[in-house]
Amino acid sequence: MTLRGAQPGGNLPGETLSRILIEERRHTRHLVDILQDIQAAEGYLSRDALLKVSEFLDVPASAVWGVATFYNQFRFSPLGRHPVRVCMGTACHLAGGRLVLEAMSRELEIEIDSTGEDEEFSLERVACIGCCALAPVLTVGADVYPRMTPPKVEEILVTIKPAGASKNKEKRK
Amino acid sequence: MTFDEIYRRARTQWESQYTGEIPHVLIGTATCGRAAGSMAVLEAFKHEIEGKNTRAQVSEVGCMGLCSYEPLVIIIKPGDFSVCYHHVTPQVVPQLVQGYLLGDDACLELALGTVAGGGGEAVYIPELERFNQETRLLLSQCGYNSPLQIDHYIACGGYRSLSKVLKMKPADIVRIIERSGLRGRGGAGYPTAAKWQFCSKAKGKQKYIICNADEGDPGAFMDRVLLESNPQAVLEGMAIAAYTVGAHEGFIYIREEYPLAIERLRLALVQAEAKGLLGENILDSGFDFSIEIVRGAGAFVSGEETAMMAALEGRRSWPEYRPPYPVESGLHGSPTLVNNVKTLAYIPQIIEQGDRWFRETGTKQSPGTALFALAGKLNNTGLVEVPMGTTLETLIYGIGGGIRGDKKFKGVQIGGPSGGCLPESLLNTPVDFDSLKEAGAIIGSGGVIVMDEDNCLVDTAKFFIDFSQRESCGKCTHCRIGTWQMLDILENITTGKASVADLDLLKDLAEDVKSGSLCSLGKMAPNPVLTTLRYYKDEYQAHVLEKRCPARVCKELTAYYILPEKCERGCDHCVLACPVEAIFSDDKGLKVVDQAKCTRCGSCELVCPVEYNAVVRLSPVNLVPPDRRTRPETTSKEL
Ligand SMILES: Cc1cc2nc3c(=O)[nH]c(=O)nc-3n(C[C@H](O)[C@H](O)[C@H](O)COP(=O)(O)O)c2cc1C
Ligand code: FES
Repeated sequence: MTLRGAQPGGNLPGETLSRILIEERRHTRHLVDILQDIQAAEGYLSRDALLKVSEFLDVPASAVWGVATFYNQFRFSPLGRHPVRVCMGTACHLAGGRLVLEAMSRELEIEIDSTGEDEEFSLERVACIGCCALAPVLTVGADVYPRMTPPKVEEILVTIKPAGASKNKEKRK
Repeated sequence: MTFDEIYRRARTQWESQYTGEIPHVLIGTATCGRAAGSMAVLEAFKHEIEGKNTRAQVSEVGCMGLCSYEPLVIIIKPGDFSVCYHHVTPQVVPQLVQGYLLGDDACLELALGTVAGGGGEAVYIPELERFNQETRLLLSQCGYNSPLQIDHYIACGGYRSLSKVLKMKPADIVRIIERSGLRGRGGAGYPTAAKWQFCSKAKGKQKYIICNADEGDPGAFMDRVLLESNPQAVLEGMAIAAYTVGAHEGFIYIREEYPLAIERLRLALVQAEAKGLLGENILDSGFDFSIEIVRGAGAFVSGEETAMMAALEGRRSWPEYRPPYPVESGLHGSPTLVNNVKTLAYIPQIIEQGDRWFRETGTKQSPGTALFALAGKLNNTGLVEVPMGTTLETLIYGIGGGIRGDKKFKGVQIGGPSGGCLPESLLNTPVDFDSLKEAGAIIGSGGVIVMDEDNCLVDTAKFFIDFSQRESCGKCTHCRIGTWQMLDILENITTGKASVADLDLLKDLAEDVKSGSLCSLGKMAPNPVLTTLRYYKDEYQAHVLEKRCPARVCKELTAYYILPEKCERGCDHCVLACPVEAIFSDDKGLKVVDQAKCTRCGSCELVCPVEYNAVVRLSPVNLVPPDRRTRPETTSKEL
């Protein structure tokens, strides 16, 4: 089974996996829960991990893959060290969230919903994170940045990663 | 322990904190408070109090609903006013501690007002305009009692209803709920008592109850606030429901995007079990009931009850045809009761205060209150609780404080992706289940987004269809392909590629999707399009016929233009801010936007100093004077 689109894994220690795949959970109704725990530990769902889950639950890998790809939460490649999430909820959209998302994509030089080659940053769109009063918002890791604008995007990137940040600026000089 | 003992202990504990000798600092640390920096404020208070000669306690509380004033802090001082401070930063904490906690200066310049103990010189918060128009049933304890301490909840009447109900016959409980007229707050407004009745009558060895905390509308956060601020009320409501229908296992299906709510729920569960209020043999009644928290995995459709049960069984969240309804055959084929967070949170109060009391608020057909998340172009945003039947106008102008700045109101989107957008002429519509439905919107999840003249309604409709199309689970054709085609047409309209015939096609398609879809995701998805077509036809026509976006939002129909008469030659702000080097100087040193290069990111407009205000948006794009559209070959020297 190749599970096209899933990356091979390797960084999930066997003991972590065996802590997740415990006997009480050997039932398909725990599938989503198991996948959530693996993603929390590994950062994404690797092909190896998915195959182990399929073996553990004794269901075809295609069924595990079907469930995993159905839900928005699951990723099949790692996030960046600085995961950037730009809110695309209603309030943020109306306050110009799209411009912020595009500015972020431009400044980081990575596509929306992907991770940069150096795995430093990843960029995702998310639906409302419940801070609509501060729209538009984005988060980097656990930090929430309220009332964003395209010029502010550049500013926060400079504080996060002084060297490689504003790649565009470098080029402009 | 009997319930009375549990209560007495809790009350003593609560009184010592809220009315005793010790000052008490309450800090709002729900998600919205945290985003505004309340955790740093919490640390600052702890740090500042340490080593001072005071026994003052610091508690984390939930959210008062005043999102635009966060971080909020309340200082309760024995024998003095309880004062609420807004926009608190770690820098002002020493001042508050020295000034009010230890001294006599209430620092009123930093205060929003007083909470308890009357007003004095300051504003008494419950008398503020917006609170006057609110009726807080569900929110009454939010932001005041700590969600981390079950004793606070019990001391203020919590779990008394459960202890009472455990001595009653299920049929009598159903009757109280029936007389109260409570309708489900999950969106459809289905009478709660009827559901409970069916489920309790249903045959089955095993029965389940599910609390729906999926809150998938991308602009609503009432359930999150309730769970972060007063989780015990939801647990008590679930226990009462479970006893009534005869279920022993319950699930809370909560979206994974709410980590703090999950954390607080987990703690609440542990505390309730430790007191014997959940688990085996609750309060010695012989009734067992346990609750498990299940995290959703980010799919809007999981909020639909049959899809949710599929998710709970570890399958894809695909909805099923109904009947059979979940109350007959639900989770693992057993009778299952699904109720929303808010519906369940009302239950303890209705049992405690009676059905008549509940009917005193709201309308005949929709008793009680409605919770709304106010967002968008309003002066006051946040969470509000109003009696059902309050008009949209009161909601927007009374409580919301009207439109921010000197802009004009354009529309209000209510009910999220399943709801509709209503114009000014319908502002007198009362918000209750039936009136809103008539107008083409729904209460739904309770997201209220107010739009002003700078928002494009076609773009908004496209936004919602884009959402529904992404979230369509793909099971039925109308929803899967219909929303996709609708998005395609809207895309053409917003980029100036559509014809008049497309507007009719869009409407027909919308109606087909509405009638042909399997579940309410598809059935409701066309609402934003249908209402905007109905109330804002001229705006669609402007896009199609004149290639003009009246709000100047749709990128392909809008150009950024720098007014030469306002531009200041010495200023280079826009040139530096432009990420694609589209701005150059003409021979007089005035700036010009090269339309061919411009990506319409809006940076130049944002950075242009207010004293010049030279950047404007023009639509249609041919309003830009021909001689100021692109860089002439001769002046393309580097700046
Ligand atoms: C696409 C879709 C999404 C839904 N999302 C939610 C939700 O997030 N929360 C909720 O309580 N009900 C949601 N519902 C409604 C549920 O199916 C169900 O009617 C509700 O949970 C019943 O609770 P109530 O009787 O207390 O209203 C959704 C329905 C649909 C069709
Ligand atoms: S829409 Fe972005 S936080 Fe709610």
